[in-house]
Amino acid sequence: MKKFFANQWLVMLVFSAVILTMPIWLSPIGAGYPDLLQKFMIFGIFAIGFNILFGLTGYLSFGHAAFLGVGSYAAVWSFKLLTMNVLPAIIFAIIVAGLFSVVIGYISLRRSGIYFSILTLAFAQMSYNLAYSVLTPVTNGETGLQLERADPRIIDSLFVEPTEGLPLTNFFSLSLSGYEGFYFCAAFLIIGFFISLRIFRSPFGLKLRAIKSNQTRMQYTGFSTKPYLLSAFVISGMYAGLAGGLMAATDPLAGAERMQWTASGEVVLMTILGGVGTLIGPLLGVGIIKYFENIFSAINENVLMAAYSGLPEGLQHFLVTVSSPFVGEGWHLTLGLMFMLVVIFLPGGIMEGFDRIKRLLMKPFSRNKDAVESAEEGH
Amino acid sequence: MDALLLQLLNGLDKGGAYALIALGLTLVFGTLGVVNFGHGALFMLGAFCAVVMQKILTLSEKVKDESVTFFDAYKEVPYLETWFGETGTMIIDWSVPISLFLVIPFMMLVGWALERGLIKHFYKRTHAEQILVTFGLAIVLQEIIKANFGANPIPTPAPDIVAGSANVGSWFGMGDNLVYPWWRLIYFIFSMIVIFIAFAFLKFTTFGMVVRAGMQDRDTVSMLGINIERRFTIVFGLAAVIAGLAGAMYAPTLPPDYHMGMDFLVLSFIVVVVGGMGSLPGAVLAGFLLGILQSFASMNEVKSILPGIDQIIIYLIAVVVLLVRPRGLMGRKGVMED
Repeated sequence: MKKFFANQWLVMLVFSAVILTMPIWLSPIGAGYPDLLQKFMIFGIFAIGFNILFGLTGYLSFGHAAFLGVGSYAAVWSFKLLTMNVLPAIIFAIIVAGLFSVVIGYISLRRSGIYFSILTLAFAQMSYNLAYSVLTPVTNGETGLQLERADPRIIDSLFVEPTEGLPLTNFFSLSLSGYEGFYFCAAFLIIGFFISLRIFRSPFGLKLRAIKSNQTRMQYTGFSTKPYLLSAFVISGMYAGLAGGLMAATDPLAGAERMQWTASGEVVLMTILGGVGTLIGPLLGVGIIKYFENIFSAINENVLMAAYSGLPEGLQHFLVTVSSPFVGEGWHLTLGLMFMLVVIFLPGGIMEGFDRIKRLLMKPFSRNKDAVESAEEGH
Repeated sequence: MDALLLQLLNGLDKGGAYALIALGLTLVFGTLGVVNFGHGALFMLGAFCAVVMQKILTLSEKVKDESVTFFDAYKEVPYLETWFGETGTMIIDWSVPISLFLVIPFMMLVGWALERGLIKHFYKRTHAEQILVTFGLAIVLQEIIKANFGANPIPTPAPDIVAGSANVGSWFGMGDNLVYPWWRLIYFIFSMIVIFIAFAFLKFTTFGMVVRAGMQDRDTVSMLGINIERRFTIVFGLAAVIAGLAGAMYAPTLPPDYHMGMDFLVLSFIVVVVGGMGSLPGAVLAGFLLGILQSFASMNEVKSILPGIDQIIIYLIAVVVLLVRPRGLMGRKGVMED
């Protein structure tokens, strides 16, 4: 088993197969439709990128949504000014988000711990507030940036006859609605996952982990930690920009609410829920949160009544009354509770849960080794 | 000149709210060592205490409306009015100040329950985990409020007698241009009183002395045979009460809705960091400072020079302070150093 995971090409092969067949194996649980699958992919990219910063270096950024928002704006501007092809838009989104994160990272990384969190939070809130007020010419304020028929679209106007109504986003004449959009995003997720895998297993990734475990010791051994931190920050900012670009590619509009700190909080929740610092954990977190968001918020009292229909009437009504605050409008309550329980009992997220189960099963075979491991983790 | 003074006053009442929330945050952080992202939700709970009190006082019965003679019409009359007449109406009018009597025991209870049930298990965990679990707690609290009170802001008016504006200018002989809402003036004075009481409590009582000693070095204090954990529970309750009082009194200025806590939380965290983690006077000072600067930045004259500055001033100051004075304005040495 260990040997299998050591071979990155095999891992990638299995991973790609699992991602690309998602429409098939997710349809029995009602998640096999393109809209949700696209969300899985986009937020997956976002969370993978966030995990490179938070998971490896331990720097908790509370402002990552700003990069996602900036990426969205950049992509929509590319649609408006250049072409409806998504490729330039996405490249543009990554570059702009990258530059933005260089600036913010350079300043924020002068501090660590909670101060770093507050600094990133402050920058994200500044971007959000500015996008709503002064930067309205760029961001179109509360309405959000949208496509218009009258946009110049310089490159498109040379090659394509203008159509009736708004043009759609495309990838070299391939339209990006429905499953095509999903596969397009999935390709990026697979590439993103591969890069993250390489980073996790590279000397660079090792240095990032060293920063997490003891930055001072790292400095004493002669490394300047700042460049490594900044590169990790910029890489994760670029992932966020890519996610923002893809968001705009599948649905060409961008709004400031994507930059609000609650959006940054969401990606933190996803990463933690799945398992910080693990490769696959953030993706699990994204899947679970987005899935339950869609499923739980669609449940109403009638659905509950039907679900409990086999029970005696008094019990049925009781159960419906008890569970109805947790579904539909109140699904955030479920999310909050679930999240609290995870942080309290499983700080390592779902991946730690798997680990514990595995250890429980393996216990009779290798007791001593595990005891040492768990004692080390306790510190 | 008048405009400047008016902005100063404007800043004082908002600054009062920031200072009160930040005070509780710092108190909890300095003693328990817990970064509490749920503190904004406690502020919101306080505001909803005012809402609940108003609801209780205006519990109504259906009474036949005598003024309509063509058909049977009914109107809602609060019980208090039927029982006590004029006095009853007055009690209803004063629901926000009366709610303070509900806030204190209720928030103490909430604080106690949270500390015993949740926070105490997080003393030894990392700050990141504390942030995360209290963030989850904040979501849960605000969703509970949303489920019970809906998503819309609920107006909770101040008593009629202080509904208008005070002619502050004429008090100081500066003409009649300087008028300011009574309630916001009261809020400022109220926040000063609460801050004063909190400081006096910490400074002049034995309990306060122990708590301050615990802020310095909790291990030594517990080695001296003092049950510091039990005091910490009370400190957390105290912080919750302060946040609750701030929230309840703020209800007339800003009709409470379920996410008001989150809005204030981010700002008051920045206040705490600017003031210096673990410094109580720093939190109060930074609260008023940021409140006043924010209202100065929203003057038209300033905005015409630096557009958008009113939106970002607080965050900008936070960035500058954190980079120039790493410990914040009045931060103690050795607290949350990098």
